[in-house]
Amino acid sequence: MQPIAEQAFTQSQSAYVHKVSWEIFVAEWKKQSIERRSRLGAASGFANGKVVATKDVKSLLEAVIRCGDRVCLEGDNQKQADFLAEALASIDKSILHDLHIVQSGVVLQAHIDLFERGVARKLDFSYSGPQSHAIARALEAGKIELGAVHTYIELFARYFIDLTPHVALIAAVAADRNGNIYTGPNTEDTPTIVEATAFKSGIVVAQVNQIVDRLPRVDIPGDWVDFVIEADRPFYVEPLFTRDPGSVTEIQILMAMMALKGIYAPYGVKRLNHGIGFPTAAIELILPTYGETLGLKGKIATHFALNPHPTLIPAIESGWIEQIHSFGGEVGMETYIRERSDIYFTGHDGSLRSNRMLSQAAGLYACDMFIGSTLQIDLDGNSSTFTTGRIAGFGGAPNMGSDVHGRRHPSAPWLKAGRQATDSPSSLTRGRKLVVQVVETFGDKMVPNFVEKLDSLALAEQYKLELAPVMIYGDDVSHIVTEEGIANLLLCRGPVEREQAIRGIAGFTPVGRGRDRKIVEALRARGVIQRPEDLGIDPLSATRQLLAAHSIEDLVAWSGGLYQPPAKYRSW
Amino acid sequence: MESFEIRGRAAHPASGQLRQAIIGVNASGNLEVLVERTLPDTECIVGVTTQIDGFRELWQAVIEDFMARASLGGLRFSINDGGAKPDIVTLRLMQSLRRIETGQ
Repeated sequence: MQPIAEQAFTQSQSAYVHKVSWEIFVAEWKKQSIERRSRLGAASGFANGKVVATKDVKSLLEAVIRCGDRVCLEGDNQKQADFLAEALASIDKSILHDLHIVQSGVVLQAHIDLFERGVARKLDFSYSGPQSHAIARALEAGKIELGAVHTYIELFARYFIDLTPHVALIAAVAADRNGNIYTGPNTEDTPTIVEATAFKSGIVVAQVNQIVDRLPRVDIPGDWVDFVIEADRPFYVEPLFTRDPGSVTEIQILMAMMALKGIYAPYGVKRLNHGIGFPTAAIELILPTYGETLGLKGKIATHFALNPHPTLIPAIESGWIEQIHSFGGEVGMETYIRERSDIYFTGHDGSLRSNRMLSQAAGLYACDMFIGSTLQIDLDGNSSTFTTGRIAGFGGAPNMGSDVHGRRHPSAPWLKAGRQATDSPSSLTRGRKLVVQVVETFGDKMVPNFVEKLDSLALAEQYKLELAPVMIYGDDVSHIVTEEGIANLLLCRGPVEREQAIRGIAGFTPVGRGRDRKIVEALRARGVIQRPEDLGIDPLSATRQLLAAHSIEDLVAWSGGLYQPPAKYRSW
Repeated sequence: MESFEIRGRAAHPASGQLRQAIIGVNASGNLEVLVERTLPDTECIVGVTTQIDGFRELWQAVIEDFMARASLGGLRFSINDGGAKPDIVTLRLMQSLRRIETGQ
């Protein structure tokens, strides 16, 4: 027991130390919020509450963004914060430079201008569709320092760990004066970007088509948004998922028939995601025709993680589809979706609510199959859309097209696929996702889609990438469908069989012609390879008559006039 | 523009009575096939006129595969190609054969 006086001294000494360190460290532990207050202060001269005048956009951005910041400039798969992008790219590099851009879609010229003009230096992204050649050129010229190319959910995840934005520049349909945001059907990435930025002391700026008194619904609470600014035009949005049935070929129809009869039916795939290409559009268009004759209605393709594909309208109208959750919207589908709220997720205002992060999670954990196209497949089944001079990005495919090892709930297709992949299945054998690549053996200009070596290997060397970009790794691929047949890679035992199964459906490409005919015939006898005739499909029956709609106009008719395609798809 | 002929022997004459049939269109990425029953029963010929040069070996492979899989005796195929891929070539050849055999 210490004397009372000594004890009192010790206590007061410790209180003293505590007080000093508190004063020193209070600043050290709240640097981000202090920084945030200073930026808000710098912008206050341009803002009336949260509202900033259109003409002040550049001043606002100069006030809230600092050199070296990580900036998420909302470039999604579909909608673009184009007004903010152009304003940002027009800032002189002597004022703003070395930005690190973290955004899922690099789509606009302004996105490239940021790097060409020296405002931004580093890039982490997912998808670059229309700018794939420009990114390759900018990399070559040393204008872009490439962090990594991600799949969407992976980039979003990094927003919360090591790529958290200092500033988010987002796009929405409308805002009120309190900063509440209505995104409209293209909610897409916005909630995720705002969550990561607003709750880490970042600054959120929204461009909106208009500022209104009352919003149809609130997609982002105003408390999370710092500034709203009316853009000088509605934000740009691309109808990325509209496929004209008029362009679907007989070969794609043949592959669609094989996929339905050879994969959807035997596995009983009900929960799935379709890729963006024409082969899956063909599948959607033959569900109510060929699928009906096979008696598959209600047995397959009932629940989707899928953008609102117009080519799915005939199947929806024929009662095939029960539910669809969407990553984004699709121009022209707004009214149709509003009138089909049993199928789609909608807000209480009636319009579509999409969410890319959540739909990607749904595709990862709650779908039994991904089926999509690619540009190149090698002998291991690795596939890539990175070809010479083209840094295309991945979008959602690496996620949707991967077998998730965290899944625990069983389903018939998942269990069947898992059991096919082993010779001694037990009750401990985990299931497998069906990951199907549908690809014609030759692409445009007679370029073989099957190769010994992916272009992305040379590309990785050229651009000094640590990891060659692969969209879907071969060990995740369960089936490859070409016009020559289906290869079931789950049933292959060992690398030799796998290679020959792939060669055996690679048609007249050099890879296909390099097949060992004896092994290929043995694989066919075991059902590892299935030709159209093995599936009871006459290739000559693959005609356009099977398509439930032959044109965009037919899709409009199926929808009862509710689908309103953009002008570029109208021929009437 | 390139033209060449690929000749094959046939074990059996092609079935049907039609003297000639035509299928497809000579458009970009597509092709037109005229098939005529004009040769001796054990012969068949596929003549190719293509707008895309440099793929003769590939044509050879596609056509020889077609000849091996069907009974083509007596038939002469004339292809007007607008740059079709091998899968379309095979499909059109099969379609032209069905048409001269059955009229469909």
